[in-house]
Amino acid sequence: MSPMARTAPVPAATDPAIIRNFCIIAHIDHGKSTLADRMLQLTGAVEQRDMKAQYLDRMDIERERGITIKSQAVRLPWEVDGTSYALNMIDTPGHVDFTYEVSRSLAACEGAILLVDAAQGIEAQTLANLYLAMENNLTIIPVLNKIDLPAAQPEKYAAELASLIGGEPEDVLMVSGKTGVGVEALMDKIVRDLPAPTGDPDAPARAMIFDSVYDTYRGVVTYVRVVDGKLSPRERIQMMSTRASHELLEIGVSSPEPKPSKGLGVGEVGYLITGVKDVRQSKVGDTVTNLHKPAAESLGGYEDPKPMVFSGLYPLDGTDYPVLRDALAKFTLNDAALVYEPETSAALGFGFRVGFLGLLHLEITRERLEREYNLDLISTAPNVEYDVTLEDKRVLKVTNPSEYPMGKIAEVREPMVSATILAPSEFVGAIMELCQQRRGVLGGMDYLSEDRVEIRYRLPLAEIVFDFFDLLKSKTRGYGSLDWKADGDQVSDLVKVDILLQGEQVDAFSAITHRDKAYAYGVMMTGKLRELIPRQQFEVPIQAAIGARIIARESIRAIRKDVLAKCYGGDITRKRKLLEKQKEGKKRMKMVGRVEVPQEAFIAALSSDESKDKAKK
Amino acid sequence: MPSALPLGLPAPEDGILPTDAAVGADARDFGLYVHIPFCAVRCGYCDFNTYTATELGGGASQDAYAGSVLTELGLGAVALERSGVPRRPMSTVFFGGGTPTLLPAEDLAAILRAATATWGLEPGAEVTTEANPDSVTPESLRILRDAGFTRVSFGMQSAVPHVLAVLDRTHAPERVPQAVQWARDAGLKVSLDLIYGTPGESIDDWRASLTTALSYGPDHISAYALIIEEGTRLASQIRRGQVPPIDDDDHADKYALADELLTAGGLHWYEVSNWARTPDDACRHNLAYWRGSDWWGAGPGAHSHVGGTRWWNVKHPRAYSTALDTGKSPAAGREILTTADRYVEDVMLRVRLREGLPTGKLAPAGRTAVAGLIADGLVEPAAAFAGRVVLTFRGRLLADAVVRRLLPD
Ligand SMILES: Nc1nc2c(ncn2[C@@H]2O[C@H](COP(=O)(O)OP(=O)(O)OP(=O)(O)O)[C@@H](O)[C@H]2O)c(=O)[nH]1
Ligand SMILES: C[S@@+](CC[C@H](N)C(=O)[O-])C[C@H]1O[C@@H](n2cnc3c(N)ncnc32)[C@H](O)[C@@H]1O
Ligand code: SF4
Ligand SMILES: [Mg+2]
Repeated sequence: MSPMARTAPVPAATDPAIIRNFCIIAHIDHGKSTLADRMLQLTGAVEQRDMKAQYLDRMDIERERGITIKSQAVRLPWEVDGTSYALNMIDTPGHVDFTYEVSRSLAACEGAILLVDAAQGIEAQTLANLYLAMENNLTIIPVLNKIDLPAAQPEKYAAELASLIGGEPEDVLMVSGKTGVGVEALMDKIVRDLPAPTGDPDAPARAMIFDSVYDTYRGVVTYVRVVDGKLSPRERIQMMSTRASHELLEIGVSSPEPKPSKGLGVGEVGYLITGVKDVRQSKVGDTVTNLHKPAAESLGGYEDPKPMVFSGLYPLDGTDYPVLRDALAKFTLNDAALVYEPETSAALGFGFRVGFLGLLHLEITRERLEREYNLDLISTAPNVEYDVTLEDKRVLKVTNPSEYPMGKIAEVREPMVSATILAPSEFVGAIMELCQQRRGVLGGMDYLSEDRVEIRYRLPLAEIVFDFFDLLKSKTRGYGSLDWKADGDQVSDLVKVDILLQGEQVDAFSAITHRDKAYAYGVMMTGKLRELIPRQQFEVPIQAAIGARIIARESIRAIRKDVLAKCYGGDITRKRKLLEKQKEGKKRMKMVGRVEVPQEAFIAALSSDESKDKAKK
Repeated sequence: MPSALPLGLPAPEDGILPTDAAVGADARDFGLYVHIPFCAVRCGYCDFNTYTATELGGGASQDAYAGSVLTELGLGAVALERSGVPRRPMSTVFFGGGTPTLLPAEDLAAILRAATATWGLEPGAEVTTEANPDSVTPESLRILRDAGFTRVSFGMQSAVPHVLAVLDRTHAPERVPQAVQWARDAGLKVSLDLIYGTPGESIDDWRASLTTALSYGPDHISAYALIIEEGTRLASQIRRGQVPPIDDDDHADKYALADELLTAGGLHWYEVSNWARTPDDACRHNLAYWRGSDWWGAGPGAHSHVGGTRWWNVKHPRAYSTALDTGKSPAAGREILTTADRYVEDVMLRVRLREGLPTGKLAPAGRTAVAGLIADGLVEPAAAFAGRVVLTFRGRLLADAVVRRLLPD
């Protein structure tokens, strides 16, 4: 058993031979952050009394939801055979929306711990993240976690894991992030099995930016992995893509609190502060070099994450628009994946069309905006981005159904994904049925073990991004898992369905759907609105239409009684207060033509059933 | 559970009113409301400020109650005088509840006598008491008549046993015609209160209640749509699914039937929920509320209004008598109406009357709204051209919506 390191290697003076850079990758909830906790504890990086579960999940929203959203890098000392090593550990998120966080973390490492829940086995993001790590030529350490669970099946899943990676089941380490069992052995194995970083200490400095975070107090904090040379405080650095230069105000390592150092040398992972205010000035994927002794070639970066789903965000109270605008500006400082532009809706007023990585990203961003800026927001039904080619060959990018052109359309292309579903083989039929309904085309199928199968489909993004995952879960009794990535686009027979209230189109409720699903959408939306819109003094027809053709209709009967009559005697004050309350309620109504629609109706109609169900749980 | 009092300004202990209250008082009628906060049992739908003997416990006895009211009247007379409000004889007096007739008729008579001694009673004044059909006798009614009462309003509610049962009413339906006859014999005018839209009441049940009520030949009928008040037993029964919910369309149908049958029976609407045989049979006391007159409200939880100041007494009978025992005003709070408040109240209350709201009283925005209301069939066009906003039948059912449209911010 290895003792806690007596002396920690000093940053900027650490021989690459005693550095090990690794990340922990896994399917969501398989216990990455909990394992990281044990490492923080064992190495003494976090004092016993400061310890709390999922220590590195620092954002409120991460803690509330119990998921990791942002990768976190931490430098840990560890001693093996009398030598103190410097370990850089990166805890990564597991949710598919944040896969790009994983890929950039991998670029800072030589190795990856592939963690698998011993009660669940291999799941879709296990595979996806494994393939990412292999593409980056990382050394993989397979580990089964949660072996303390009564439902754990370590032998079975060790065999599964070994056959996936190549190797023997005995080589798979068994740990429990909860009890700490096996974690020391894992640390030792990291030191022994992972290659040390290599690089030229005398070459011009080159450091890869793998994360960039805006902090109100410190400005942008940039996380780098030094490949060649050395970076020191006060020197002038240059961003190789933009040629912009900055003074290095502070350089250091996270352990896990920021600790300024005398610099960072070959193979080291740490942070830089230059005083810039926008993360786009210190872009993930860029290479940092020394202004006066610049490197000739950059390290080659990675692509910006691309927004996949779009939704309109509108303040409930129109006067909050400037607050929302400033809030979004601040958010994008920190979230390179977030894009937005102003838009207006006849029904909802002024707002923004915002692009997200997925529904979770949308949900989290919206929740944080509401909470941190005290806003009440309506988000419109999420959309993917369509390429619409008009007959005059002009191409429009449509992320908002109300921008869908009226005129003659030559073709519409919709984004596609390649999806990987892992599930026990007994559910193959149910999964194929679901994918077929969602216009999927089977790509292939492999048995990972006797009873676990990997199914690959090509599907329209629009078909999987909203409720598909919940359906998959319910059809596989919770055992199915899904991973997907963008995979080009295809021409599809799409139409825009409009919703009309008393003949007036309500832009916020329009949707772009496949022609075969237009009717179902029309029936669903008109039905929902009939329940949600209070009765008016006149009958209100609700219609769904494709162009001029009505495909579904409902109607709200006229209200016949709106009068309170009881003998309240002389309590006129109460009567007046009641009237004032009614008038207050009216102020929360949006007028669509003559129809008063409560804002709650917009929210409820636009929220998917899926999120309503979640609220119930 | 009695409903809550409004939030307002604190009321002064001596009951002195702001100076404005006296302005123009001579031109306004003055009335008296006396609240009797006792009932034999509490009906499941009722949130009035009333208490059963068990709810009260000790310390606030019904025997001593009339004495407390007399004290309040004495204090009231002094407070009005010191506020510079001229003494005016009462045009109307109304004993409400609760169940006023749960007190001995002599107590009610004594209160009326004392009030008359204090302020005087106009010749031909209207003096009403509410009553439960089973809380009166021929004798008690004669005593009331002899003391100067002119009118009694019975809580009949329904003629149908299963409806009465849902309402928790304890009186036997046969008791109503008897009580009405006794009141007539004593020389009192009679009004009946009805409730429609009770869960489980069919349209035929309601028709039966209406025709039965009409067959007793009352001078006046109030028909109220059942309101499910928060905190009542009925509200929780509905929430728990033990009793079906009420329905606005059902209420609308029943209102239509009421208006049809009552009109055919010779009673004419003069307020959204009130029908009278002749204009003289309308409840003048209630009209005074709706027309913004002055009145003193005595008793726990009672509301008063004098010249733009409204105030209300503490709710609990014990708190009420304690205040009076120490020589303090029992008022719990008050509000001094702004011009804007008075305008809102005027529109809100007068538009519900058959006599209507003079268009001249409307602000420009309200006047503009009238055309739309006529177009929507909610306001009588002929009356509007003659300078009054009068609700159509459909307008009466949508009166709150009409008020909101007449008062756009
Ligand atoms: N019994 C048991 N539970 C564990 C163990 N490790 C983690 N858990 C639990 O599993 C759940 C998920 O743990 P996390 O550490 O947040 O998982 P994660 O992989 O970081 O999740 P994401 O970051 O959202 O992908 C939590 O409820 C943990 O308490 C373990 O070894 N044993
Ligand atoms: C103070 S009560 C009448 C007096 C007497 N205590 C009685 O109930 O017979 C006045 C009238 O208000 C009506 N009322 C009381 N609560 C009501 C409710 N929740 N909804 C509709 N009308 C109600 C009843 O018609 C009642 O007769
Ligand atoms: S008798 Fe009248 S005041 Fe008393 S509880 Fe019943 S309805 Fe309410
Ligand atoms: Mg985590």
